[in-house]
Amino acid sequence: MTVVVWITEGTWPACVDAARTHAPQDAQVVLLHVSDRDVPGLAHGAFAGLLGRGHRERDPGDRVGHLADASARQLLDAAVERFGRPCTRLERAGRTEREVVAVAEGAELLVLARDGDRTRLGPHSLGPATRFVVDHAPCPVLLVWPEPAPGADTLPPPPGPQR
Amino acid sequence: MLVLVGAVVRPWGWPEAVVAVPAAGLVVATGAISPAHALAEAQRLGPVIGFLAAVLVLAQLCDDEGLFQACGAWMARTSAGSPRRLLVQVFAAASVITAVLSLDATVVLLTPVVFATAARLGARPKPHLYACTHLSNTASLLLPVSNLTNLLAFAASGLSFTRFAALMVLPWLVAIGVEYVVLRRFFAADLEAGAPSPGGAGAPEMPLFALVTVAGTLAGFVLTSTVGIDPAWAALAGALVLAVRALARRRTTPAAIVRSAAVPFLAFVLALGVVVRAVVDNGLASALGHLVPHGTSLPALLGVAVLAAVLANVINNLPATLVLLPLAVPSGAGAVLAVLLGVNIGPNLTYAGSLATLLWRRIVREHDAEVGLGEFTRLGLLVVPAALTLAVVALWGSLQIVGT
Repeated sequence: MTVVVWITEGTWPACVDAARTHAPQDAQVVLLHVSDRDVPGLAHGAFAGLLGRGHRERDPGDRVGHLADASARQLLDAAVERFGRPCTRLERAGRTEREVVAVAEGAELLVLARDGDRTRLGPHSLGPATRFVVDHAPCPVLLVWPEPAPGADTLPPPPGPQR
Repeated sequence: MLVLVGAVVRPWGWPEAVVAVPAAGLVVATGAISPAHALAEAQRLGPVIGFLAAVLVLAQLCDDEGLFQACGAWMARTSAGSPRRLLVQVFAAASVITAVLSLDATVVLLTPVVFATAARLGARPKPHLYACTHLSNTASLLLPVSNLTNLLAFAASGLSFTRFAALMVLPWLVAIGVEYVVLRRFFAADLEAGAPSPGGAGAPEMPLFALVTVAGTLAGFVLTSTVGIDPAWAALAGALVLAVRALARRRTTPAAIVRSAAVPFLAFVLALGVVVRAVVDNGLASALGHLVPHGTSLPALLGVAVLAAVLANVINNLPATLVLLPLAVPSGAGAVLAVLLGVNIGPNLTYAGSLATLLWRRIVREHDAEVGLGEFTRLGLLVVPAALTLAVVALWGSLQIVGT
């Protein structure tokens, strides 16, 4: 059995913990991080907009790209350490949501966390990338809270006329 | 047009000036512009370019002194592990740095620091990078030194340094406010995702000397403009103070300082100015003259700003400024500043003009990076019309209160 754990900034510890709890001992666990290539692209673009500056070596996009690679490595290091069991680490770069779906192809379980405002339940609990992955996931999905889940008493009142 | 294409495509990695300077020579040689006009244009642009060089050197020396690293440490410490607070700090830092040390400093020097800071906190970097790149345009409204477009307009407007700032402070704040509201909502999911901050970042060591020099330079801008001296001298003095210190401490070399002045870029601006003047003299002025609204009523200012924004998107904000300034000057300083609102806020729509967008896609492909052009444009469509309209209203209000 293969379990893919999507490691993403801000919410990854909950995903690692959930994988430790729910993945069978003999499962092959893959910790996946995807560096969004839009981010260095943004810095390249801002520099390209400075017409006439030349000096390709001053392009901040290159530095941001290197920093992104280093930061992804550190994040996966921390995730592997927190997981504390044998696992495979996987670094990818590209369109985050598409890479995650591609890696989850053929897996038995994909673990990811909700994002959005944690103080309020309800709509908008998934960002665009997470929404895409949930919609297009090619396998069962385990969606976890980034922190202990709130109780059912936090449900809003049902819609309709109040008596 | 050829000069622009040359600047964008940069065949064989040549500096932009390699195409632009011969082109400027060509328009003079063929009589497209009279030598007297070319000389007048060069004399007008000379001080502007000197000013620009001094600010570029000042920013680079501030980086050498560790100002931007200290800024990153400050953002990390004060955001206390909250991505939402980090966004506020990035807005503060990028707005002030863009205004004082120009948009080049924000794009080249601050952007990597902001990414590193977000990564250190474990926050998702995208909202903060977007804030940096957007504010390098939007927050460059405040001072003449914030953007090359401002320096050109400042020279043409006849305003003093302090009056320019007084008129632009309200539009600057309004435009930054719109950016903040839109980015905060657009990236809500990423900003709410939290950051498992490792914390423990100690108090950063502030590069006091650089900070005092920059503050002194700002005071110098105010002083020179009240006395009636060109404020470029204040920028030069600030750059000299930092340069002497850096050289004495062997932190930099004379060659590195000259490099940071970006001489080929200065030559490019001069040549572009002469070429654009030739194009304007040869019919563009009369063609566009009908399109440029006259006067400083609110609808006229809006019209000028929208036209400038469109032109900045179709070509690029630098040539757009050079083209529109001579047409706006007769309507007075209000119209000149409206041009600036358009050319400075407008580029957030398609990224510094369609030509540069083509280049961007090419560079990005070279680096094996992807471009979320859809996301960028969606965000631009939310920000630019609102920011531009409200900033023009703010400018109109400032003109009523402060006057020109």
